[in-house]
Amino acid sequence: MAQKNRTLIASIGVEDTMTGLLLAGIGDIDSQQGPNFLNVDDKTDQQTIEKAFTSFTGRKDIAIILINQNIADRIRGILDAYKAPFPTVLEIPSKDHPYDPSKDSVLKRVQLLFGD
Amino acid sequence: MAAVRDNVFPTRMNLTFTKTRLRGAQIGHSLLKRKSEALTTRFRVILRKIEDAKLKMGKVLQNASFSLAEVAYIAGDISYQVRESAKHATFKVAAKQENVSGVLLPAFEADIQSGSGQFELAGLGRGGQQIQKARLAYTKAVETLVELASLQTAFVILDEVIKLTNRRVNAIEYVIIPRIENTISYINSELDEQDREEFYRLKKIQGKKKERVANAQREAKAKEDLEASEKSSNVVEDEPDVRNLLSEQADEDIIF
Repeated sequence: MAQKNRTLIASIGVEDTMTGLLLAGIGDIDSQQGPNFLNVDDKTDQQTIEKAFTSFTGRKDIAIILINQNIADRIRGILDAYKAPFPTVLEIPSKDHPYDPSKDSVLKRVQLLFGD
Repeated sequence: MAAVRDNVFPTRMNLTFTKTRLRGAQIGHSLLKRKSEALTTRFRVILRKIEDAKLKMGKVLQNASFSLAEVAYIAGDISYQVRESAKHATFKVAAKQENVSGVLLPAFEADIQSGSGQFELAGLGRGGQQIQKARLAYTKAVETLVELASLQTAFVILDEVIKLTNRRVNAIEYVIIPRIENTISYINSELDEQDREEFYRLKKIQGKKKERVANAQREAKAKEDLEASEKSSNVVEDEPDVRNLLSEQADEDIIF
């Protein structure tokens, strides 16, 4: 079973969200692959986020990728194109941006399936 | 479409064989259809759960952010400290599998390694209690997220499998079964055609035979008559007493 080795939760988020998630203990720094989290602020450019996202999806030990929705919006193209079941990409709200279900890539597919 | 059929030789054996195939295809079709229905039921349950979980996630995260704000108020900015002390994950997930009509759905479970005391010293000076509270709140939030993630994975996989199954169901229904049915009707019509030809041939042969027999009979009779008339003219004077068996009673010809 391939997903047996996937035990980590990666995250891309703004500072507050990151602090909370790391406090919960999801942070992991691999000597070869680097950290499994990316702290994003206003100065972080899109390329960095995209690179982090692609490297997280390519890793074999990550089961879930958490990403703040406002950051997800910045790389929406890649997210919408991402269809693989593993790792799962989960959009979460951040402190300053309440959750908007209509933007979520997965919920968009849900709505598409129900046709409304 | 009507002309699409398998390229088989129209024999009775192939007819039986093709009929068996048709039955197989029908059974397969109904089984796949039932599988697809079972999966769809499951799919809808998961969708409902996802919607609920997404709402719950919003609340839990809000709660967690709030407790972090409390930390920030009491202990100041701890984000740098927290980020630097992250070395190894204590919150991991374990994957287990669930079988839904032959489809393996993965489900993640939170796997928290307690006692490692990663942030035990955080906020030792002030706000330690708040930090622990925020930690708990976020742990809970991440648990919710893990649950949601496994639902979402199941959703993606089920979506894929349902599409695949439906494609198969439709392929059997609209391509394979009509083709087999066309093959069967083709074999049947060919066999009927052969039957009619055979019947006609037999009728022809019977007619010929009858004709031949009638001819033979007629010839034999003509010969007999001739001989009889010859004999009667010759023999009557020589042997008037001798009875002529042949001329008196003509045996019926025996036809085998």
